[in-house]
Amino acid sequence: MSAHLSYGRVNLNILREAARKELREFLDKCGGSKAIVWDEYLTGPFGLIAQYSLLKEHEVEKMFTLKGGRLPAADVKNIIFFVRPRLELMDIIAENVISEDKMHSPRDFHILFVPRRSMLCEQRLKEQGVLGSFINIDEYILDLIPYDGDLLSMESEGAFRECYLESDQTSLYHTAKGLMTLQALYGTIPQIFGKGECARHVANMMLRMKREFAGSQTQILPVFDSLLLLDRNVDLLTPLATQLTYEGLIDEVYGITNGFCRFLPPEKFSKMQLNSAEELYAEIRDKNFNGVGAALSKKAKIISAAFEERHSAKTVGEIKQFVSQLPHMQAARSSLANHTSIAELIKDITTSEAFFDNLTVEQEFMTGVDTDKVNTYIEDCIAQKDPLIKILRLVCMQSVCNNGLKQKLLDYYKREILQTYGYEHMLTLNNLEKTGLLKPQTSTRNNYPTIRKTLKLWMEDANEQNPNDISYVYSGYAPLSIRLTQVLARPGWRSIEEVLKMLPGPHFEERQQLPAGLHKKRQQGENRTTLVFFLGGVTYAEIAALRFLSQMEDGGTEYIIATTKLINGTSWIKSLMDRPEAQAS
Amino acid sequence: MAFITANWNPLGEAFYRKIELYEMGWSLRDGLKECLVAAAPYGGPIENHLHNLKKLTLLQNIYNLQRWKSGPVRQLGWTVCDDLLCIQEDGTVLIYDLFGAFKRHFSMGNEVVQNQVLEAKVFHSPYGTGVAIVTGASRFTLATNIDDLKLRRLPEVPGLQGAPSCWAVLTQDRQTKVLLANRADLYILDNTSCTPVTPPGLSLQSCSIVNMAVSFSYKYLALFTDSGHLWMGSANLKDKLSEVDTKVRTPPKQMVWCRRPKSQQPSVVIMWDRLLLVAGECTDTIQYTLDEESVCVAELDGVRIVGGSRHELLQEVPSACQDIFKIASMAPGALLLEAHKEYEKSSQKADEYLREIKEQSVLGEAVRQCVEAAGYEHEPETQKTLLRAASFGKCFLSNYPPEPFVSMCRDLKVLNSVREYTVGIPLTHTQYKQMTVQVLIDRLVYRKLYPLAIEICRYLKTPEYQGVSRVLKHWACCKVQQKEEPDESIAHAVSVKLGEAAGISYSEIAARAYECGRTELAIKLLEFEPRSGEQVPLLLKMKRSQLALSKAIESGDTDLVYTVVTYLKNEMNRGDFFMTLRNQPVALSLYRQFCKHQEQDTLKDLFNQDDDHQELGNFYVKASYKEKKLEARLSLLQSAVDEYNKAKNEFAAKATEEEMKLLRFQRRLDEEMGEALLGLSLQETLHALLTSNFHKQAEQLYRDFRVPDKRYWWLKLTALAEKDDWEEMEKFAKSKKSPIGYLPFVEVCVKQHNKYEAKKYVSKVTPEQKVKAHLAIGDLEGAAEAAIERRSEGEISTVLSRCSPTTDRALLERLNRARSTAAKK
Repeated sequence: MSAHLSYGRVNLNILREAARKELREFLDKCGGSKAIVWDEYLTGPFGLIAQYSLLKEHEVEKMFTLKGGRLPAADVKNIIFFVRPRLELMDIIAENVISEDKMHSPRDFHILFVPRRSMLCEQRLKEQGVLGSFINIDEYILDLIPYDGDLLSMESEGAFRECYLESDQTSLYHTAKGLMTLQALYGTIPQIFGKGECARHVANMMLRMKREFAGSQTQILPVFDSLLLLDRNVDLLTPLATQLTYEGLIDEVYGITNGFCRFLPPEKFSKMQLNSAEELYAEIRDKNFNGVGAALSKKAKIISAAFEERHSAKTVGEIKQFVSQLPHMQAARSSLANHTSIAELIKDITTSEAFFDNLTVEQEFMTGVDTDKVNTYIEDCIAQKDPLIKILRLVCMQSVCNNGLKQKLLDYYKREILQTYGYEHMLTLNNLEKTGLLKPQTSTRNNYPTIRKTLKLWMEDANEQNPNDISYVYSGYAPLSIRLTQVLARPGWRSIEEVLKMLPGPHFEERQQLPAGLHKKRQQGENRTTLVFFLGGVTYAEIAALRFLSQMEDGGTEYIIATTKLINGTSWIKSLMDRPEAQAS
Repeated sequence: MAFITANWNPLGEAFYRKIELYEMGWSLRDGLKECLVAAAPYGGPIENHLHNLKKLTLLQNIYNLQRWKSGPVRQLGWTVCDDLLCIQEDGTVLIYDLFGAFKRHFSMGNEVVQNQVLEAKVFHSPYGTGVAIVTGASRFTLATNIDDLKLRRLPEVPGLQGAPSCWAVLTQDRQTKVLLANRADLYILDNTSCTPVTPPGLSLQSCSIVNMAVSFSYKYLALFTDSGHLWMGSANLKDKLSEVDTKVRTPPKQMVWCRRPKSQQPSVVIMWDRLLLVAGECTDTIQYTLDEESVCVAELDGVRIVGGSRHELLQEVPSACQDIFKIASMAPGALLLEAHKEYEKSSQKADEYLREIKEQSVLGEAVRQCVEAAGYEHEPETQKTLLRAASFGKCFLSNYPPEPFVSMCRDLKVLNSVREYTVGIPLTHTQYKQMTVQVLIDRLVYRKLYPLAIEICRYLKTPEYQGVSRVLKHWACCKVQQKEEPDESIAHAVSVKLGEAAGISYSEIAARAYECGRTELAIKLLEFEPRSGEQVPLLLKMKRSQLALSKAIESGDTDLVYTVVTYLKNEMNRGDFFMTLRNQPVALSLYRQFCKHQEQDTLKDLFNQDDDHQELGNFYVKASYKEKKLEARLSLLQSAVDEYNKAKNEFAAKATEEEMKLLRFQRRLDEEMGEALLGLSLQETLHALLTSNFHKQAEQLYRDFRVPDKRYWWLKLTALAEKDDWEEMEKFAKSKKSPIGYLPFVEVCVKQHNKYEAKKYVSKVTPEQKVKAHLAIGDLEGAAEAAIERRSEGEISTVLSRCSPTTDRALLERLNRARSTAAKK
């Protein structure tokens, strides 16, 4: 189930195993049969760590979703609540426990807080008078979850909103803790680079925690050479653009959650896990969608040729060899069939006029065409009441590419939106303004063109089939975040000081002292390994771009990616929306 | 060397030996007569208690003589962490530390107060140290772990009056049970039942069982009958090992198992007034005469015998020692030892011996035996001799791994130093390995032998935070309790000594200082704590809440910040609380988050205090959506407008006013026309009005809200198409020039599957959009014509892609020709 985690440059399975071990230890602490009551939000992330079989081995017999009222009947000795430390969840748990007591059934209660226990929550349980009912109150430190061979995610949906909108830095604390765990397993990371306020904060906490743990350092040869911390608000543009890689488009169209995707129509393939464990998927996921068709047909030829070999197999030995490869070939064939269907579904969308028009406008904005005027396409979309998020993505994009919109233009858009979609969205617009996604132009100077030119964010002739630059992931636009990463590796940030100053937040470099004897002696031609941490989310297209850089022959750096959450423009904007009706109900 | 076997006594195939550990220096007039003695395993401390109500504390000057003031003591015992338990007649259990200082007490239940404790036992299990008692009412009460006290009263034993003849506590299958004998009957008592049991093969059924012993591991059981027979078997009473007739009929004073790991001849040691008898599986016994009152202590690998003047260890001679020292032994180890002895004498015989070993190629085995045997010997001289022999043998081996030898040397050095009579821990190598260095260090620390503990840590290169740092922390905790020294000098002394050590928890030390009432010292010590998170709880306890808040923020741990904030909220008056938060933005924003979900009213107060009108406006807007009644909603929105105005947010104020206007308009229409418009957006309202033929009202809204023409046209267009009002649409199209062009008309009609109507508008479409319009109604020819006319290569290609090669051949050719001419230009 997890072999794909160990193929990469850094064996991330170590992390997964460590997490599984901890889970098993907790389950064994509650002796006897158990039922788990899940905070529904956690089931997805947990799926990446342990399947039901592991729980079953440790006498978990039933699973329920956490909800108010009385717990469902189950003949088990232990009831374990797996929850995030949220006060509202504590109230539900208290309700469960209180109604349970009335039935006089002797079941033991336990709580497992993920990712951290909280005094505030325990206090709440105490106020509700149920704290004493729990035999075990424990925490399960699940910060960074191995998502794929080169990818770690904290799967924390609200991280961007909390950090940039609500000034709640809890997720940054978890990030720092997670990085400390990572360093305990993979050695101290000697160099830390960063850009942005949150990055600075995380780095400060890491350095402080290192001092706190002085003496208990593990003597492990460092696996990572450097860490790059990037604030999402340094590059607000990239997630707004429509991703054009295969995986990116799957995410845009169907949405990938916790590594799984539900396709429509559902009867065909209900829920598919998408990761590098599937050979074909690993091959095509990061290609520009225009290159996927060719790759699939090439693959089809290879597979059918492989099946043809059965005719040429004459001797018993040859036949035996053929048969031994059969399961693998059959898996490859069904994988090919699946992805051909998916690619066709997506193609229907990408070839549609609506998609094309939308993309044209996006590209106009990114190249700086008429970003200071009312855009008729946006106007038409509003008039036809297209989905609000689509409108917001475009308006925000125009604002970002113009370093803010003129007050009059901004007010016009806002008014159009409020009149069409309802005045309640004023709060959402307000949130977008607070996070800087939407803003009135303050200075007369628009520095986006300078940034675009210096960092070569727009490449006119992006080669989609055989890319030679990261810009292929957006068919022309090279993600700003990845350009920063690329420049850092070579020739270094000193060459772009001017641009860095235009982007929000400080940029910095820190060094962590390694214990004597652990300095790595680099072989000639050996690549560096850099961990890039996106605070506030990363898109699949950006990951594809980093993988592309890792694979470049003369790149010299391999990247491991970590993030608070995998996002796309839609899920990102959604996380910033305020819907008062929803809250009232 | 010949002396080594002098104290060996054969028992079956094996030998037993008694080694003197210490000469006891306690000054008791009558020896151990009339004393209660308790000794802890793993070479632990010994405590005795005189019946004349004097508490005498001993073991190498540790205890001082004190007057015993409390009630009569029934039993003494040691806990796993070297605390002393005194179980009194009234069921009170007093706990003292190693130095005789009272720590705490607990009771074994109310029932005991009346019935008194008849007998008590202290036992150890995986759960910790437990206490079992039997009361005057012949009932048993158990506490499996005194640190987590849960009293369990066991069921009644049929026919039992007074105390049973003998009893023992067993731990089996993670359950603690009591095994007891009432004359000839044997019972097992667990939580729920009392089961009579019979040991298999106990030949003399009619005899009563007068004593019993359970082995150190709870695996074996020995029973002694009044006919002088000793039965040995497994503790689950399934197997019998042997039965021995001791020929002594007097009930023994004490009986304990004497085993060792890989025992050849496990045995039971039985003690009478003047006799000590060792009985194994074979029929032989060993008898020692006792010249003084003594007490036996079961150990993992033997029995310690504590008397008034001596302290001895009785154990089976380990096979490695037997092989080497047995008279005329030809084992490899024995030969190697001999070879080395000759070598020291510079005799050529050394070579002969060595050759003999090498011929059998057992030199490796010989070295191994010598190393192992060294571990079992108590005399440093003997250890040295054996290790020298091993080292000598090693010289002739090319690839013998050095680790066993090196680690044995280290272990012995440590063991010898703790066996020293000033320390007084007579630990054997086997016990030491079982117990681990960590525990040994803990025990040394507990005895306040800090320098030795540190030296051992350094010598064994224990990682600092587990070793030296831990010891230093304990030292510091002890140091802060020295009342006579001033704060300054203690803080200084602690920081000087601990400064360099890694992983020291200053907060623990500070907590200790605070417990002793030295708040100032605690604060000074906390300054040294690098983990700000650790400082917070103690600072709160000491009521230094402001400092706690800034430390919590420093740590980055938001839960900790919340904790402090909640604390402050309860401690301070509201004004001060808000002021404090105002100076700590991180705490303030966290508290806002908290209020958002939990205390809406406080949130408003917070914004008010900060004059944050923008947020107040948002607050009212949010509140308005939760309000069901329109009037209340409008008044909240009005408040929002006021706040937005104060915040100089013109747009928000105006938009909110518009919202109110819309709501009022909707209400009026709902009342007048019976529509259900309330809550719809402006766009939706217009759409609803247009589809319901309220054109006049729609027009009014359109003007009042200054809806842009473009959008209004789109809106009206779709609304008309949706209700198939083609006539009205045509009128609308002709009313004035369309601000959105005529392509939308075509598209909307097509969307409603009305190509006929769509065609009407194709001619009105601008030239740029002609191709699109023709294509929309499926008119390829028209599209082709338009494209060719415009000579646009791209448009021609678009049309081409829609043509099918079979049906539209002529058209294809035309287009292809046109494209090539267009391309030329």
